[in-house]
Amino acid sequence: MYVAVKGGETAIAHSLDLVADKRRGDRSVAELSLEQIDQQLGLAVDRVMTEGSCYDRGLAALAIKQARGDLVEAIFLLRAYRTTLPRFGTSQPLDTSRMVAERRISSTFKDVPGGQVLGPTYDYTHRLLDFSLAVAGEREVAPTAPADTALALPRVGDILENEGMLEPAPSADGKPGDLTREPLALPAARPLRLQNLARGDEGFLLALGYSTQRGYGNNHPFVGEIRFGSVPVSFVPEELGFAIEIAEIDVTECDMVNQFAGSHDVPPQFTRGYGLAFGHAERKAMAMALVDRALRAEELSETATSPAQDEEFVLAHSDNVEASGFVQHLKLPHYVDFQSELVVVRALREEAEARNSCGVTPALQASLARAAE
Amino acid sequence: MPDTSLPDTSLRDSAYNYAYLDEQTKRMIRRAILKAVAVPGYQVPFGGREMPLPYGWGTGGIQVTAAIIGRDDTLKVIDQGADDTTNAVSIRRFFARVADVATTTRTEDATVIQTRHRVPETPLSDGQILVFQVPIPEPLRMLEPRETETRTLHALREYGVMQVSLYESIARHGRIAKTYNYPVLVNGRYIMSPSPIPKFDNPKLDRSPALQLYGAGREKRIYAVPPHTPVKSLDFDDHPFEIETWSECCALCGSRDSFLDEMIVDDAGKRLFVCSDTDYCERRR
Repeated sequence: MYVAVKGGETAIAHSLDLVADKRRGDRSVAELSLEQIDQQLGLAVDRVMTEGSCYDRGLAALAIKQARGDLVEAIFLLRAYRTTLPRFGTSQPLDTSRMVAERRISSTFKDVPGGQVLGPTYDYTHRLLDFSLAVAGEREVAPTAPADTALALPRVGDILENEGMLEPAPSADGKPGDLTREPLALPAARPLRLQNLARGDEGFLLALGYSTQRGYGNNHPFVGEIRFGSVPVSFVPEELGFAIEIAEIDVTECDMVNQFAGSHDVPPQFTRGYGLAFGHAERKAMAMALVDRALRAEELSETATSPAQDEEFVLAHSDNVEASGFVQHLKLPHYVDFQSELVVVRALREEAEARNSCGVTPALQASLARAAE
Repeated sequence: MPDTSLPDTSLRDSAYNYAYLDEQTKRMIRRAILKAVAVPGYQVPFGGREMPLPYGWGTGGIQVTAAIIGRDDTLKVIDQGADDTTNAVSIRRFFARVADVATTTRTEDATVIQTRHRVPETPLSDGQILVFQVPIPEPLRMLEPRETETRTLHALREYGVMQVSLYESIARHGRIAKTYNYPVLVNGRYIMSPSPIPKFDNPKLDRSPALQLYGAGREKRIYAVPPHTPVKSLDFDDHPFEIETWSECCALCGSRDSFLDEMIVDDAGKRLFVCSDTDYCERRR
């Protein structure tokens, strides 16, 4: 028939085949293994785990492979799998002061207890394309000091807090909500906001965090501390009644220290913005910390004037799986609605034409007719 | 027309629970549906899940269907009124894969009809359930973007802002220029978005013998219109509600009473009009 968009069954089947074919690409090139993605595209795996809300390097690597490197699509794949998994319970809160840190820096103090540990960072690389990477070859193993697993790393924020210069971490009452099980209720408590931001799109949060630095809700931030490394995850099984360690996961944590002039009840002190991401994701953790602080405007009696301070705006639009879906659904057929629009726009144009040709509007014509009667 | 029959439905994917969602989730959705039926037109928040289809593709409708469907049901899925549009095919395939359910294209044979953007031309009857896919459940959203505000407006039945917007349309265009997603008042209480169906379909919602369920996945809302509930399209005494009309008739079945799709058939822009409801059209030929 003449209607190309109808008759989907076979077309869809062929389309699926084509996607699979494109995914594999040139058959003379070796196929990617999940181990290769995990090891050599590790930061992509980190992002997919963070925004996919699921810590599983293998599944994230699989999602990246299936999505042909489209990370937002990979995040969607991982989320859709995650939602089918049974829920055994909730882990104990992570204690990041027990982190075995690979990297740990503070920009507020020259030295801190535990020391500054630069670790693997792009910060001081020169962004010159390294053409030696274009060919496969043996790479040297970098020397590392043995990790001191017994060393407790006090958080810079806690040191400032003990002095009274930094507010205590805002406490949350009761059990935190779960955005993956319950719809977002507004206004949201901070745990829910942080959960939303942790799952939120890195690019969106980056732009919002950036906007606060350019004057749209500035909070004069300093990086109190960024740390990256592995932390143990503890869980209390009901039948045991005490906590056992079930895993170690890599996380990046950012404690942002922001200026605060004080309010009616509170003397001037620094305030916190907090960011946490799976794996090594400093850009994400920092952007999250900036936006978290911006969203605390109301709580700290600041006037909320900027997008980053607007809870509804930020939380409702941060999720890239939702955003990507709704933007792209415009590809679906809309011809019924468009037809309705055609009908009314044509009618309006006819009226306008009639009006222009005789200088009398239909409404005026009608009232003239009524007057004549 | 292409063959829209499904592959053997006994090939259910056993890796997933019946109808994909786990039973706890289905129960949660059913509770939301019951509440929605008890308060017609009220948007009930529910814990919408990520589905294996993207947001915007009908995840709300799919979750509602998955929560209510059983092996004795007969499912019909339409998009733009047609059983054979790509998305309708895709959703029907999904349920064929995860639920043992018979499918049909015949409106009167279906117990559950999931739809995007249309209400079938064939009148519905007792016991049928019409499941709508809803992109933006909040009828006041384009007038007031804040959820906290719109919930208050609904609670207080403060709908002046909607009447004003319709009045403004009359002032600007000489008529209410809203053509789809035309707001309705349900049971004299809640203003409701009928989903982006053309206003042509609005009268079919009024006192329909079928149960209407509306699912919005991304926005995580479910609402409902129970059978035989009054559904009034908003209007003014001097500007009564009107539906679209065509001077043409369907080129295939000759119908003058159905919603017509317009197609451009050659480079000169020649147009052809055919029924949007493929089941209705085919059986009239």
